[in-house]
Amino acid sequence: MDANNNVAAFVFLSPWLLGMICLTLGPILASFYLSLTSYDMFSAPKWIGFDNYIKMAFEDGRYYQSLKVTFSYVLLSVPLKLAFALGIAMLLNRGLRGLGFYRSVFYLPSLLGGSVAVAIMWRQVFSYDGIINQILMKFGIDGPSWITSTDYALYTLVALAVWQFGSPMVIFLAGLKQIPQDIYDAAEVDGAGPVRKFMSITIPMLTPIIFFNFVMQIIGAFQAFTPAYIISGGKGGPADATLFYTLYLYEQAFTNFQMGYASAMAWVLVGIIGTATAASFLSARYWVHYGDER
Amino acid sequence: MTDATAISGASRHSLINWRGLAIHAGLIAAALVMIYPLLWLASSSVKPSNLIFSDLSLWPTRFRLQNYVDGWRGAALPFSTFFLNSFIIAGLAVVGNVFACSMVAYAFARLNFAFKKTLFALMMLTIMIPLHATLIPQYALFYSLGWVNTFLPLVAPKFLAVDAFFIFLMVQFIRGIPRELDEAATVDGAGPIRIYWSIILPLLTPALVTTAVFSFIWTYEDFLSPLVYLTSMDKYTVPQGLNLLMSSKGASSWGPLLAMSLLSLVPLFVVFFIFQRRLIEGIAATGLKG
Repeated sequence: MDANNNVAAFVFLSPWLLGMICLTLGPILASFYLSLTSYDMFSAPKWIGFDNYIKMAFEDGRYYQSLKVTFSYVLLSVPLKLAFALGIAMLLNRGLRGLGFYRSVFYLPSLLGGSVAVAIMWRQVFSYDGIINQILMKFGIDGPSWITSTDYALYTLVALAVWQFGSPMVIFLAGLKQIPQDIYDAAEVDGAGPVRKFMSITIPMLTPIIFFNFVMQIIGAFQAFTPAYIISGGKGGPADATLFYTLYLYEQAFTNFQMGYASAMAWVLVGIIGTATAASFLSARYWVHYGDER
Repeated sequence: MTDATAISGASRHSLINWRGLAIHAGLIAAALVMIYPLLWLASSSVKPSNLIFSDLSLWPTRFRLQNYVDGWRGAALPFSTFFLNSFIIAGLAVVGNVFACSMVAYAFARLNFAFKKTLFALMMLTIMIPLHATLIPQYALFYSLGWVNTFLPLVAPKFLAVDAFFIFLMVQFIRGIPRELDEAATVDGAGPIRIYWSIILPLLTPALVTTAVFSFIWTYEDFLSPLVYLTSMDKYTVPQGLNLLMSSKGASSWGPLLAMSLLSLVPLFVVFFIFQRRLIEGIAATGLKG
């Protein structure tokens, strides 16, 4: 409006402007520049063009392993987590007594999930003489050594992620509440059974929420770090079976001081997350229905 | 009323009840499975180490509170150091996020200025940038400022409203506060700073509480940033202390490690039980990650 308001506005915006320029936009651009250099923090970056990217694409087997681990984790954990979240949300959305209690209990693991303590707990639960194997033993099954086995270690991390389905569940619950009951009543009059009602009413009405949860979970899953670090003792073991992308990036940057290479990895991660998000948004035109189109 | 209708009425009633009961039974079973690892953690934290992996029952047959004493002193430094560090960092993060984000949100929601739309779009875009993309240059910046191994790299960004998600949360909330209040204050001669402080901030309290609670939880739980920035043990946070205890003690003393793990969750439990509804509503309304 007037100059006065401009001055006031920029006074209010100043912390954020400074933060955005110095801690977000500046670093993002710097990160791209560093990705084209060889840089160890202690001497000036040396320009090497696209060598880091070429090394990543053609010469680094561990890099491929980290991609494989991360994609397996994302592709397994996100759908399972969302399926549990939706399933439990639907059970809770029946006007049951004690809704608040159940909601809190199911949500609690989500809240604690990022903590080191929970990762340590999980490590014990799935260790060779841990509680899972003790329970399996009751049924006469001799369970594997989950976290030290290359075949199973990643699945324990998937299980930990799925255990934290509470936060998408809460969002699903809020979405389910918005679906008007008369649509179901009308469908019932027309003879629709539970499966039909689920497929033709619940799912379509919920697509914007499913979409939102899906995108948020994908973005989060690609960045998973703490559980993998704790459960594998910081090394992504056994035999790189849990070498998450972020874990390898951390190792390259802060253990090996290959900051240029790690910056290139960071940029590829931005590309992967950006592509996954963009692809979700593009596909959304075909399956996400917003209320006002009806 | 004939017998037939009475019977069908009764059986229909009991049918609905059975179904409700079955759902409750299923949900309680699922809830127990969900909570079981936490109960196991609690019970193991008071068991002698040799019983943790052999005694399945949740109720310990022998209590060993010594685990807590050993754990507290167990890493190179006592956990009081780690807790103090964590509380200082998380406390400052709360203050920083509450003030910086509310100032910025007020400007976006209520003031007019040049490039407002562009800047708002930029702010929304920064929400999506993964932490790792900025980590290395940020580290180089803080290193050159001499901030490595101080709390500043963990705290200062919060005072610069780097967690843009909270700005968005507050903008949405301020949009719901009637503009007439601002206009009346303007007529009375109040400027933007006065309006922000005396009208918007008090009415924004629910959003500020949500921001404060999530800032606390996420900062307290954070492991990567302290791992990168804090190098000497006397600066370590609780998650780092646990990591230290785990790697220094190895498999020999699970009891103390699990005792400290449980203890480290206590502040989160407390916050959760005080603010349950606000946390859950915050998630539901805005899709904050959790």
